[in-house]
This record gives sequence, structure tokens and C-alpha cells, in this order.
Amino acid sequence: MSYRGYEPVIGIEIHVQLRTNSKIFCADATTFEAADNENVSPVSAGMPGTLPVVNKKAIEFGIKTGLALGCNIRRKSVFARKNYFYPDMPKGYQISQFEKPLCENGQITFKVNGVDKTVTISRAHLEEDAGKSNHSGSYTLINLNRAGIPLLEVVTGPDLRSPSEAAEYGRTIRQIVRYLDVCDGNLEEGSMRCDCNVSVRKEGSKELGTKVEIKNVNSFRFVEKAIEYEIERQIDEIERGGKILQETRLWDPDKNRTFAMRSKEDAQDYRYFPDPDLLPLIVTDEWIEKLRKELPELPIARAQRFQQEHGLPEYDSQVLTTEKSIADYYEETARVSKNYKASSNWIMSELMRELNTANVQIENSPITPTQLGKMIGMIDSGTISGKIAKAVFQEMWNSGKDPEDIVKEKGLVQITDTAAIEKIIDEVLTANAQAVDDHKSGKKKNLFGFFVGAVMKASKGQASPDIVNKILQEKLK
Amino acid sequence: MELTFASISDISEAVKTKKISAKEVADHFQKRIGSLDKQLNSFTSINPDSLKQAEALDDRIAKGEDVGLLAGVPFGIKEMLCTKNLTTTAGSKILSNFVPPYDATVVARLKKNGATIMGKLNQDEFAMGSSNETSYHGSVKNPWDTSRVPGGSSGGSAAAQAARLVVGTIGTDTGGSIRQPASFCGIVGVKPTYGRVSRYGIIAFASSLDQAGPMVSTVKDAALTLEVISGHDPMDSTSSQKTVPQWSKNLSQDVKGFKVGVIKEYLKGGLDADTEKTFNDSLEALKTLGAEIVEVSVSMTEFAVPIYYLIATSEASSNLARYDGIRYGYRAEFASLSGVELEDFYGKTRGEGFGSEVKRRIMLGTYCLSSGYYDAYYNKAGQVRRLLTEQYLAAFKKCDVILSPVTTAPAFKIGELISDPLAMYMNDIFTTSTNLAGLPGMSVPYSLSKSGLPIGIQVTANHFDEQRMLNVAAALEASSLMKGQKPHVI
Repeated sequence: MSYRGYEPVIGIEIHVQLRTNSKIFCADATTFEAADNENVSPVSAGMPGTLPVVNKKAIEFGIKTGLALGCNIRRKSVFARKNYFYPDMPKGYQISQFEKPLCENGQITFKVNGVDKTVTISRAHLEEDAGKSNHSGSYTLINLNRAGIPLLEVVTGPDLRSPSEAAEYGRTIRQIVRYLDVCDGNLEEGSMRCDCNVSVRKEGSKELGTKVEIKNVNSFRFVEKAIEYEIERQIDEIERGGKILQETRLWDPDKNRTFAMRSKEDAQDYRYFPDPDLLPLIVTDEWIEKLRKELPELPIARAQRFQQEHGLPEYDSQVLTTEKSIADYYEETARVSKNYKASSNWIMSELMRELNTANVQIENSPITPTQLGKMIGMIDSGTISGKIAKAVFQEMWNSGKDPEDIVKEKGLVQITDTAAIEKIIDEVLTANAQAVDDHKSGKKKNLFGFFVGAVMKASKGQASPDIVNKILQEKLK
Repeated sequence: MELTFASISDISEAVKTKKISAKEVADHFQKRIGSLDKQLNSFTSINPDSLKQAEALDDRIAKGEDVGLLAGVPFGIKEMLCTKNLTTTAGSKILSNFVPPYDATVVARLKKNGATIMGKLNQDEFAMGSSNETSYHGSVKNPWDTSRVPGGSSGGSAAAQAARLVVGTIGTDTGGSIRQPASFCGIVGVKPTYGRVSRYGIIAFASSLDQAGPMVSTVKDAALTLEVISGHDPMDSTSSQKTVPQWSKNLSQDVKGFKVGVIKEYLKGGLDADTEKTFNDSLEALKTLGAEIVEVSVSMTEFAVPIYYLIATSEASSNLARYDGIRYGYRAEFASLSGVELEDFYGKTRGEGFGSEVKRRIMLGTYCLSSGYYDAYYNKAGQVRRLLTEQYLAAFKKCDVILSPVTTAPAFKIGELISDPLAMYMNDIFTTSTNLAGLPGMSVPYSLSKSGLPIGIQVTANHFDEQRMLNVAAALEASSLMKGQKPHVI
């Protein structure tokens, strides 16, 4: 993509909320639906004398994500204090990792418009979230439920070159953390928040332009739009002979533009130093290996396997691996049906449509993968026709019954008895003598399909279409 | 039993065997506080429930329950430790209305062992000071001479203990704040190994240096109290998992064959005559008891005071950031909050809430941590701190304990040094290195100056070797030249 002879340079920081049961430095619950300030103990409130104790689960989730992103895991990482005043930050500092983060130097490859794109992950570090200020008239009300929620901040190098790459990167990270089950990926609830660093430079230039940070974008579509806007804004500014200010901007989705939040010129000095209340975080090789063994097959690898071992097209593989639950559903269906492509087709078309319409997650599908697999097997063995299968599928969706039971109850078994079919055909041909003549004399073309339809109708759809075709062809010669 | 001067174990034993009720004990000491503390200003608040607590303990004893090692023993707690439903101010206006919803682990352990909490004790604001003159609640007076300071920052604990307004107190020590006032007031004060005692609920001054400890009348009482408050706490990541020895049971005055180290860099002079004589007398006494005196070198102690002030103020500047008037504590008054800029809100609240010594240290610490200065100050101080610790560990290969003065001179006059912060900071020259190295150290009263002021001796030991430190202190206590001497106030 060309931008008037300019090249955008984009880096993304994603705050991933780790789905631990308790906060990162105390035992308070992390439930999203809790009432205001319900999940707040003296530690969350930063009461005098309270101390942080690190949550082991948060560390494990951080390590797993780091491993999935190809990072080196530091054997000794350090929690630091980031000092600044804000009303919803109870201690007057945020505990974060600074000089020695838990994960470093990773990279991931994903597809953008069919092309592989590799992005370096410069670091991923653990930190605590702040609380939330709710402004209401002349009051500001503070809710500390979020204060101390564990976050993993995943930071890329300045490797992205277009808004669509940035958005796709975000989706990839979301996909991975959901596969790992370390984050629910719910952007509306703030489980993932993106900061985008955007600058532009003349094509061919090696120097980086002045970067602008767009903070707290909460959808990947907005990531794309915000960056698109920002690139154009910066180029306009430069073309006009202006200078890009290093600043923090926010995205206004209603007005479709970014606007300045604060200038970095009066930027805070965070006065980072190692938190003396927490010892360095020591991670052993054994611990890392144990967690590595717990890693699931990741989406990119799984999609490749579906292509190579199952012979699925790239498109199918990607759709089926967007969520671990879908890929799991597919694999179980295929295991039962022993027909990869048919399983993929049924899931991608019929099942997905029903799930979307009913707004049901695949984990809660009324049709189990075993049931769907068995149904596909019945098609392949000739027990039912594809057409009957659609009716069986609907019945499975409505009742949750097994396909064999439905077929038996409704008498939907395919008629494969040649003599029985021949009888139906003869009746149909007799009833349509004129048409038979027209067909044989060549007076009218394409009447073959009409006869097939009529026979199928007469058999209530149960006649095997293969056999119907074969006998009809003989008789209409 | 003469209650006023009874030991912790005597009282606990008498209460458990119902020779006296916990309520009678609490009542006795409450009356002492009522009649004597006006001269000292050592208490900042009295626990309105102390008698009720004592009665409840008596009920439990009547039922035959096991009530712990400190049954019915009246304790005073430094303002720096959070006490559930009891105002905890850290000696500061900014926390003047703060009532914690929880007990510090140290306090919880005292209560669990049957102690009666009599009230809260005065201190320098946020434990910043060596004279107890920076408290929002006013200066504390030394019971041996009320024109003099009790030392700081645990001056309230030291004065209350010396005047026997309670049987035991808890102080905190960041750079000598238990040992120096203990020396000035003629009591025993112990700063345990860093990590031995949980810091949970102790209002943080400098997290990597703070440690709470007993300030009591005898070495045995110190050992007993330390046993109660020590041990791992899951609420404090820096608290040690090491098991707590029975120091009081294993206490011995036998120092035969002990190697007692003297840091040669400390022998450069600068001590007042009485202090120097006291120190030499203590060495002689240990020699007579069969100990061997060896010279050791810890050259980095030269830098201990400046390093201490870099690290302590840096950590303090961050630890004190939470006092912003938003959630609890003092908030400056505004005619209306609407239209008030956040910075002005913080500025006015903190400007009015903190005293000048605290502000001085916050400014210093903020500067040390600023980008561009961090490496030169905080980071460099950390490196020297490690060297200092290594030198101590090397010294402890040559000796069992290290003996030194606690301060260069006995208690000074109130107001004498308050306008000279640097001179005040130099007061901590013998005590700060112990905190920097995380070692246990204690002050044991040894002699009186010509003008009748107590002078203590400092015993320092290797990490987690409190037993040997207490044993040497017990030997010194037995040979002390001030036995039977009491402060004028009594």
C-alpha cells in the first residue's frame, strides 16, 4: 500500500488481562460483575502498612504466553515501582516490570491478505492494573475493583507497516491468549487494550519519524481505523511543512478521528526502581519446562497441520482454527466421521449459521461433535442422502437427539433397494408419458432433471440419488 | 510481686496461675500512665478497651485455655504499627484521623499470646528523626532528664518503657530507631535480622531497612517478645521461612571462648569521654568473662550514613506517595472541590499534612530516583550496600559478634540539634550499617554518664544469629554498671 511516498512505522502494546481468580498481589477476587469496590481489601486500597505478595498463577500465565510468542523467559525478573500520582492508583505507584521483564525477544508470524508477516515481540512484562475513575457531575467516584488485576503487557518492535497488519497482529494475539486460556479476550470488558505507536517516514528512509501514541483502543477494527487516520494526519502535517509533536492521542470512534490527550513534553518522570517489598522473581528451568509441556497446539501450527494431514484448503484451516473450541470441535467431528472435508463443510456452513443465528458458543452447541460426525458417516455410507441429512441436522439442532434415532423415528433411511426405486420410476414415467416422448424425441432438452426431481418427490426424498440417476439414464435412453 | 518492675515472664506466670488477674495488671499500668505520662508525652492514645481485653483473657484462663507467652502483659505499640480500630498516625498530621481496619502481624501475634494492648506510643513523624522532636503529637521527654530527648524515632516506646508505664513495647528500626532511643533511655532494644519479623501492617518508611523489634527492660524479656513476634508471614514476601529458635530458653551468660569483634574504623575517635569509657569497660568485662577481643575491618561503614540516607529517602519518597487525601487520612480544606486542579489538591493536602523533616526527605528521595540521577545515587548506593554486607560477612568469619557504641554521646538537649539536620543524621553513624546489611543488632544499657544519663552498648551478630547476640547482651547486662538505677521520673 502506498501513502503518497511515505511509509508508516507502527508498534503495538497490548495489555492482556490474565484470567486469574485473584489479583496479582493479593487474594481479592477478579470478577468483572462485582459491585463497586466489592473486590477491595486493605491491600487493593493501598492502606498504610499493606504489602504485595505475588500470585503464582499470574506468573505461570505470563510464562505460557511468553513461550507461545517465542520469547526467552528471564530466570530472574524484577518488579519495579512506576511512581506517579493518580486518584485511582492507590499506592501512588504502579508495580510493573521495567528493566528486567519476564519475557523478551520473541516473534510471531501470521497471515495478512494471504502473505506471511513476522513481527518481533520485544518484551512481555507483568504489571498491575489501576482502578477506575467515574466522573459524575462535580464528583469523581473511584472504583478499585480493577486495581491489582494482573496484566501482561506485550510490546512489539516497530515492525508493522500498515493498519491492516496492526489489526491482524491484534487478532493473532487475541487468538493465542484465548488458545492458552490465559485471557478471555473480551475487548468490550477491557480484557485487552491496545496502545498504538505510529510514525511515518519517507519511503526508503531508515530513520524513524516522531511517534505518536494512540492509547486505549478497545477493538481491532478501531485499531485499523485509528492508525489509518493517524497516518494520513501525520502525512498531511508534514506535507504542510508542519512538525509532528510527540504526544498521546485518543481515538474517537464517533467522529472517526484521533485527538490530542496530553503532550509528552511535560511527560512524567516515573522514577522507576526495584520494589523493595518484592524479592526478584526467580523462575527455574524445571518450571518453564513443565509449563511448556502444558502448552496447547497453537493456532498457526494447528492450521498448518489441518492443511498437511487433513488435506483441508488454507481457507478452511484458518476458519476452523480461529478459536480453539472450533478447532477442537472440528477435530472430534472428523475423528468420528473420518471425512475431513465434509466435517469442515458442515461446521463452516450449517453449524456456524445456526450458532450465529442463535448466538450460541460452539462449546454449548446442542449438536455434539460426535453426533455431527456420525451423521456425516451416515451420508458417506449411503444410509441417508445429503438432502435428508439437512433435515436430520435440523432435528438434531432442535432436539439434541442422536442422528440414528432421528432417522429411525422418522423413517428417513435412504432407499437403496434397486427394485423399489425402479418401481417408483416406472410409476413416474407412466404418469408423465408425454414428457417421456418429448425427452426421447429430443423435442425438449434438459428434461432429465425434471424426472429426477419427480422421482425424489415421489420417494419423499428417500431414494438414493445415485441409483435414481443410474436407472433413469437406462430407461430414458 | 512488685508489679511496676516485674518481668514479662513473672507477670505472665502470675496471671496464668491466677496469682493476679490480667485486669489488675492492666489497671495498675493504666494508672501509672495516667499519673506519669503528662511529664513524658510518650503515649499518643490510650486503648479504651484494654481493661476489657484483660478481663476477656481472665475468662479464658478461668476456662483453662492456653493463652500464650505474654498472658496479661501490658504492651505499648509504636504509632508506626497498625492496630485494628485504634488510631494509627505514624506521628503525622496526614494520618491523624486514620483508624486501620486490621492489625499489623506483630500486633496480632502479641494479642494471640495474651498481651494487653495499653495504647499507642509517640514517635518521630513516619519514623524520620533521631530525637522524637518531629512528631505531630509533640516531643517526648527523656525520663532520666526531661530537658533531654529520648532519642528517635521510637522515643515514645523508649520513654514509656524506661518509666515503666508498660511492661513491654514495640518499636521500629530503619537506621537505629530502636537501638538509639533504647541507649538514651537505658532499656534493651532489639532490631532483629531483616526478614525475621513480618513488616505487614507496619507503616512503611524504607521497606528494605525497616524492622520491628522489642523495647523492654531486660535481655530475657527481649528474647521472649522476639520469639512471639518472629516467624514467616504469608502476607510479607520478604519475611523469612526460617524457624524461630527458643531464644529465651537457650539464653546464657556464658561467653567463654567467644570472639568479640571491634570494627577498627570505629576507633578513630569522636566519642565523648563517658561513652568511650563505657565502651572500653564493656570490652574489659567480656574479656574477664573469657571472651577474646579481635579487631575486624568493615571499611565501608565510612559510607554507611550517606548510603543510608540515599536509600531510605528514595524508598520513603515512594512509600509516602499514597498519602494523598483521596481514600483516607487528612485532606486539605477547599471551599469547593469543583474546579480544583488535581495537582493543587495533592499539593495542598500533602503540603499541610507532612512536617518539614518528612518533606525534606521526600524531596531528597525524589531527586535520587529521578531519571539521570538514579544511577549516580540510588543504584550506586545499592552497590556500596552490597560491598558493605560482604565486608560484614567476612568479619563474621573472624568473630561471633561485633561490639560498638550505640551513639557518640548520651541523650542531647531538646532543641539542641533540631535546626542542624546533618548533625542529627550523623547521630546514626553506629547504627545504620546494621540495617543496610540486614543484620540483627541490639542495644543493652551498660553505664551512666557523669551527668546521670544512660549509655548503652551495641551488639551486632551475623544474619539470623540472634541467639549469640542475646547471649553476649545477657553477659553485659549481668556486668552492667547501672543496675538498680532508675530514671528520675519514677
